Amino acid sequence: MQFLTKISAQGLNVFYAEKQALFDVYLDIPKHQVTALIGPSGCGKSTFLRCVNRMNDVIESCRVEGKLALDGDDLYAEGIDVVALRARVGMVFQKPNPFPKSVYENVAYGPRIHGLANTRAELDEIVIQSLERAGLFAEVKDRLHDSGTSLSGGQQQRLCIARAIAVSPEVILMDEPCSALDPIATARIEELIGVLRESFTIVIVTHSMQQAARVSQTTGFFHLGRVIEVGDTPQIFTDPRETKTRDYITGRFG
Amino acid sequence: MSELVTRARSAKLRRRYAAEQRFRRIGASAVIAALTALALLFGSVLWQGLPAFLEHRVTLEVALDESAIDPGGARDAALMGEANYAGLLKNSLLAHFPEISNRRDKRELAALLSSGAAYDLRERVLAGPDLIGTAISFEALLSDEADALLNDPASRELPEAERQIGDAQIAWIDALSAQGLVRRAFAARLLQSGDSREPELAGVWGAAAGSFWTLLVTLALSFPLGVAAAIYLEELAPKSRWTDLIEVNINNLAAVPSIVYGLLGLAVFLGFFGLPRSAPLVGGMVLALMTLPTVIIAARAAIRAVPPSIGEAALAIGASPVQTIFHHVLPLAVPGILTGTIIGMARALGETAPLLMIGMVAFVVDVPSGPLDPATALPVQIFLWADSPERAFVARTSAAILVLLAFLVLMNFTAVLLRNRFERRW
Repeated sequence: MQFLTKISAQGLNVFYAEKQALFDVYLDIPKHQVTALIGPSGCGKSTFLRCVNRMNDVIESCRVEGKLALDGDDLYAEGIDVVALRARVGMVFQKPNPFPKSVYENVAYGPRIHGLANTRAELDEIVIQSLERAGLFAEVKDRLHDSGTSLSGGQQQRLCIARAIAVSPEVILMDEPCSALDPIATARIEELIGVLRESFTIVIVTHSMQQAARVSQTTGFFHLGRVIEVGDTPQIFTDPRETKTRDYITGRFG
Repeated sequence: MSELVTRARSAKLRRRYAAEQRFRRIGASAVIAALTALALLFGSVLWQGLPAFLEHRVTLEVALDESAIDPGGARDAALMGEANYAGLLKNSLLAHFPEISNRRDKRELAALLSSGAAYDLRERVLAGPDLIGTAISFEALLSDEADALLNDPASRELPEAERQIGDAQIAWIDALSAQGLVRRAFAARLLQSGDSREPELAGVWGAAAGSFWTLLVTLALSFPLGVAAAIYLEELAPKSRWTDLIEVNINNLAAVPSIVYGLLGLAVFLGFFGLPRSAPLVGGMVLALMTLPTVIIAARAAIRAVPPSIGEAALAIGASPVQTIFHHVLPLAVPGILTGTIIGMARALGETAPLLMIGMVAFVVDVPSGPLDPATALPVQIFLWADSPERAFVARTSAAILVLLAFLVLMNFTAVLLRNRFERRW
């Protein structure tokens, strides 16, 4: 197994106005692995995730210090094109948020704005392939022109995954992707994550420790804006070095 | 024990239910009061206005003498147009009353006809010069006094001095009616012609066209400006003291009395820029200023109502902020923006005061054919007619109100329709 680092945070500090959300975070995310970020609410896991594709730029009061690199390139350096970055780093949100357009248009939108397809046939190809990789094509192949919002919650979330992978990103960030789904839909997404790992580097924020244990190879534990412990998932869950980690995974707080 | 608790509680419960019933009844009576007021308003306007949609005509046999119309026989439209058509009509009318001989009676008999009847006859002849030399059956419009008498038979009982119409004239009308020559018909000219000093000839079309051009200018200015301002303020502008100040001022502008905008238009558009007076262009500009805050506020609310998750989704797959707005946020906000704009337009349509200030209160007979022609607007026309001394203008005023209300209802209905049609779930 190779442990090439895809994303690397070196002393990352994030502030929302006066309030500091992340303190001096050092975290390496290995390539082609699933990295789970766990920790109690408000501990900064989502903030970290949103730094990676610079979604925090939308929040005016947000300020980022320190270094966060993708393949060694500082994401917050001068002249970084956010639009190009987001084509490389896709994101799936907590609540499924398909566009109120057809299933086809949902997936085709990204390739279209990034100019990934020159002809209608190429675009069709990308859409079908993305839906297949998201494990959704069989279910929606007769409803490509129905509204994306008419699908079930689990299908909507897989549609959002298809939408994210349609622009061929390198990294997919998932912010509690299963928190709004039932156990069956959750199982399907987890299965999908396992498959997608071969092609993408995945970072998943989750509140479910079982989920982190099931899907990830690396786990990072956040607490009050600091990274307490990072390690191989089995080690974190069976033999944590820090007492705080142990307390959290055994359910003593959180 | 439980019975005791229930009994102790039930007094309290009864009071609670009574209070609830009381409140429901107060609410229902408020609604009934409002509906009654509305019904009274509509009822009185309808009652007064409906007669204006009908006019009385008398059927006459008119001999189109070539010697009277076109003595030269050249069939030149200009010459034929100058012929004495009123005289022809007078002669046909006199044919029914051979006993009339003195000039005063003849003049009073002719006064039963509207001056518009002669114009109608001229149109008829100019449209078909072949008719010259024949006798045609022609429906001549009666004057507003004759019309009023026929509409309201009770006015016969008044003493002659208090009537607009003499005893002799009443007798002549009755004689014509007895022969079945007087007919009541739909007054198309109310909807087709411009203003006139003669109530029976006056129509709302000139004012409606003026309102149309005015609103066109208003829409063309306030919609793009308002939406652009709303997008910028809501999505792109950095939040700062300045944007807060702008926001407060936009809200204040929406509450500025409309006549102030009229004064502004008078001072700036007419005084400083020297734009034409009485023109829908200036009226539209003034109303656009007035409508702009409404449009901005409605558009901002509509944009804000779009769930942020949609915008985030677009940003996260690499859409630029402007792409996000135009591809995702704006399409979802359009129904709300359109509803707000239509309601703003409806308000502009009903606005009188600012138009008075910039001279759109003039007596304009011609129907304006563009935004630079002198024009008036529907509410101003209502104001002008309400001010006219002729009794028949009372009905015209109410009829114009009905036309204005019809437009307003139509616009609000469109707004509701748009909202229902484009409302989306997500």
